[in-house]
Amino acid sequence: MLEINSLQTRIGDKEILRGLNLTVKAGEVHAIMGPNGAGKSSLAYTLAGRPGYEVTGGTVRFEGADLLALAPEERAQAGLFLGFQYPVEIPGVNNVYLLKAALNAARKHRGLPEVDAFEFLTLVREKMRLMQMDESFLSRGVNEGFSGGEKKRNEILQMLVLEPKLALLDETDSGLDIDALKVVANGVNSLRSPDRAVVLVTHYQRLLDYIKPDVVHVLARGRIIKTGGPELALELEARGYDWLLADAA
Amino acid sequence: MSENAQLNEIVGRGYQHGFVTDIESESLPPGLDEDVVRKISAIKREPAFLTEWRLRAYRHWLTMREPEWAHVRVQPINYQDLSYYSAPKAKTDGPKSLDEVDPKLLATYEKLGVPLHERARLAGVAVDAVFDSVSVATTFKDRLEKAGVVFCSFSEAVQKHPELIERYLGSVVPHTDNYYACLNSAVFSDGSFVYIPKGVRCPMELSTYFRINAAKTGQFERTLIIADEGSHVSSLEGCTAPMREENQLHAAVVELVALDHAEIKYSTVQNWYPGDENGVGGIYNFVTKRGECRGRNSKISWTQVETGSAITWKYPSCVLRGENSVGEFYSVALANHHQQADTGTKMIHIGANTRSTIVSKGISAGHGQNTYRGLVKILPTASGARNFTQCDSLLMGGDCGAHTFPYVEVKNPTATVEHEASTSRISEDQLFYCLQRGIAEEDAVNMIVNGFCKSVFKELPMEFAVEAQNLLAVSLEGSVG
Repeated sequence: MLEINSLQTRIGDKEILRGLNLTVKAGEVHAIMGPNGAGKSSLAYTLAGRPGYEVTGGTVRFEGADLLALAPEERAQAGLFLGFQYPVEIPGVNNVYLLKAALNAARKHRGLPEVDAFEFLTLVREKMRLMQMDESFLSRGVNEGFSGGEKKRNEILQMLVLEPKLALLDETDSGLDIDALKVVANGVNSLRSPDRAVVLVTHYQRLLDYIKPDVVHVLARGRIIKTGGPELALELEARGYDWLLADAA
Repeated sequence: MSENAQLNEIVGRGYQHGFVTDIESESLPPGLDEDVVRKISAIKREPAFLTEWRLRAYRHWLTMREPEWAHVRVQPINYQDLSYYSAPKAKTDGPKSLDEVDPKLLATYEKLGVPLHERARLAGVAVDAVFDSVSVATTFKDRLEKAGVVFCSFSEAVQKHPELIERYLGSVVPHTDNYYACLNSAVFSDGSFVYIPKGVRCPMELSTYFRINAAKTGQFERTLIIADEGSHVSSLEGCTAPMREENQLHAAVVELVALDHAEIKYSTVQNWYPGDENGVGGIYNFVTKRGECRGRNSKISWTQVETGSAITWKYPSCVLRGENSVGEFYSVALANHHQQADTGTKMIHIGANTRSTIVSKGISAGHGQNTYRGLVKILPTASGARNFTQCDSLLMGGDCGAHTFPYVEVKNPTATVEHEASTSRISEDQLFYCLQRGIAEEDAVNMIVNGFCKSVFKELPMEFAVEAQNLLAVSLEGSVG
């Protein structure tokens, strides 16, 4: 599904990723952990094509195609979804309007006609129930006046409606209380399937109690410095990162 | 990559109404003096009171100077170079019905998306089509007449309802009001006239479509709407012009009168040719629009979407004379490329418990300069008056400007005046968020800008809200340089 080979990036003059390798297969859930400033969010942004994240070396293949050659919206249409750490507010634009535009963009890419209004609402309502979101949410502005928790739920709702092949979730657990965390985890788990993959960027083992990863990576100094199973996350929780950083130095 | 570079990519569809209709017209030679004023009046076979009124205006105009306080740069206008009357040559003495209207004119309006056939797309809307100096067709007159509504060209109203004209013309915007209104009073040629009798709710939207075609002419139309006691009307105007390298002057006057319990909603979608991306050509839109809530519990609501013109100078205003009367102003003004917009409103509270609402959304892109200028004046008689003003500016790119000049004069201690203002940019974050959801850049920008304008668009008549959104999309073409 995703093959990243010696990826190097920078923002301005600052080097961020320094030869990162990562392979994610369909059906898998990967967790990427690591100290602050290691480049975790930068990796997510680079894959999504955020302007300002300049690729200076390496390759990224997504479903066999050259991901880096695509514009941000084309990456999204091809099935790559980024759940933002800080979802932005877009005043005056209804949530339902954005959702529909996004879904239709994806459908157009697949050669499908625009979604029927009734089917669309049925789909959205079903996903909203799963995310325990109120009906009134539909007519509110995108993230406008949302609490931190509502914003994160909204990200997952969008993901569920768009059904991406690969979901990159950037600290989707931060700022959530334990009940909201369960709802969000539930949403993510409902999307798990043999033909999809999820990459979770997180600081905390706590999320992984609810979304069981197949593979756990430690990203530090712009590289993956250690890869293991779910037990690695527990070890990190207990020991922190210093022992790994010392090894990697 | 900067925000500019991203926005720069938005595709250009350009001004779509820039064509010229090749039609034989009768024009007065360029120049302005008392003879020209008399000639215009004579062509229109006007009664003596009107000729005299024009002449008084002309004489007063000679004593006035062009205003210089607006935040705009204007090329000097030589008023002797303009022709003050141009009309398509009529085969007969004015078309009696749509069948007699020159097919070229019908085709022109068809091309502009304003079909004049009554069965066509705008089936629920009556249209008065004004071409250069004259009204060429008015649709649905019969149906409106049955309801007692008078909707016709100003010239026709002068012939058929001179008593209404004499009573109301200049009663809201006196001929001495300002430089351009004064000029208009002297040389105005045509426009729309609406009278809604007591207790009548106008059965359909009324719409006036202004088209400038001839070169080196000015358009000076005059619109007068009178809503008698307890009546209700919604009126809309649209405007376009060909692309020409010289600036053309459009100096219109709109007067609205609402008597007791009457309500007038007046919406404008203004898309005069804005000039090219280097600021060459375009219409100078110097317009005076004012409504008077003369009766108690009356209401006047202005909604405007201003995307065109090289320079826009207009302040649709409400004089709230009647007790409990309500004035509203909802505005979206876009200044792209080298456009300059200085627009806003005046709310003059005279009666007790009068209320006014102002919502202004200014969008600046390219080298555009957008100014909101508003006056809220509460006179000593206006006990319990209230005003709420919200004034937001959106900037796209680093070369444009947004300016706000709110003036507030409160002379009654029981009044409440609130003002909110904001200035923001389309952020890279918002744009990227939409892109990441698979939405194309152009659509994303339109979505964000439309969201910004939403509180104004929802005030437009349904038939035109979509049109306004599309117009905004076209006008944002190549928005940041």
